[in-house]
Amino acid sequence: MRNQLKNVVRVTGIGALAFLANLGPAFGAEADGALLYDMYCVQCHGTQGNGKGINASHINVQPRSHIDKGEMSARSDAELFKVIAEGGPAINKSVLMPAWRHNLNESEIEALVAHLRKLCCEN
Amino acid sequence: MNVTNLASIASALVAAAALVTAAPPHAFADVESILQSQCASCHALQAPANNIAKNERLSRMAPPLHFAGNKYNRDWLVSWLSNPSPIHPAGYYPQRHIINTGDGDTLDTDVRFAHPTLSTEEADAVATALMLLKSKSALIEADTYQSGTVAMRMGVMDFRRFKGCDACHQDSTTSGGLSGPLLYNAAQRLQAAYLSSFILNPVAWDPNTVMPVLEMNEPAVHKLVHYLLMLEE
Repeated sequence: MRNQLKNVVRVTGIGALAFLANLGPAFGAEADGALLYDMYCVQCHGTQGNGKGINASHINVQPRSHIDKGEMSARSDAELFKVIAEGGPAINKSVLMPAWRHNLNESEIEALVAHLRKLCCEN
Repeated sequence: MNVTNLASIASALVAAAALVTAAPPHAFADVESILQSQCASCHALQAPANNIAKNERLSRMAPPLHFAGNKYNRDWLVSWLSNPSPIHPAGYYPQRHIINTGDGDTLDTDVRFAHPTLSTEEADAVATALMLLKSKSALIEADTYQSGTVAMRMGVMDFRRFKGCDACHQDSTTSGGLSGPLLYNAAQRLQAAYLSSFILNPVAWDPNTVMPVLEMNEPAVHKLVHYLLMLEE
């Protein structure tokens, strides 16, 4: 009886997780990494991701080039997520890179990380 | 004097008082007409729904004005509307004006700043109407900013080096990035409580703002506001 009850709880739990997982997309369209990059990043990191945005010449620390395969490959997805969410100081980089976790939710930051991987390493 | 005369005088006084206190009907119609025909096509005059989509930002041509009365100084509005000049050096959405040169981005210099110029009378009437738009009064009421001063050298260091504001904003005509609105004239343009509240939590003002939350405590925000208000154009 106890095992049957455990199984019911387990199956219900799996069902609940599946239900929650299915709810995700229903809350809104899937975050568009390219769109978010255009909105929040290109001012400094550039339309090509080369770190030469319109603000770059006014900044005393050059923005990271996101098309530098060597530099970007040295960073894990978790580190990229962290620096976008918490800002440059979170990975011992410049204060000029702000924390975006208040403007962007987790799935939007994940979409940006995926977009960075495309920029750096798929061309 | 009989009762009829008294009643006539009283009703005339009431009518005169109504004329004095109410704006002339034709003037009100003119303001409404200007707001709808010249402002509403680019500026949001009403607050959007709470769960507005991210890409809404892309379609905006100009800043929202549904909290204009919580944000701008009235005198500045009158002056600016009758003699407008760029506030965003790279345009309200800079990405529309960026040219990729192959070795970095630059701005399309062919893009001309265009904003309707109003007569002084129109500017005054429109400013009065805009100052009534206060969708964010709760944020202003919650703000704790009190006027104060900061040593200019510290203010400059804070703005440029410690907080990195100059990556996007100019605190002088010769220093700072291009993507954000000019701040060397913020004192003329913006209310102190707006500056304080917006810097503390820009997302509360506009969920799709591209201004990041700088995760500063209130005293740190207030020091920045002191500095901005001490700047002279």
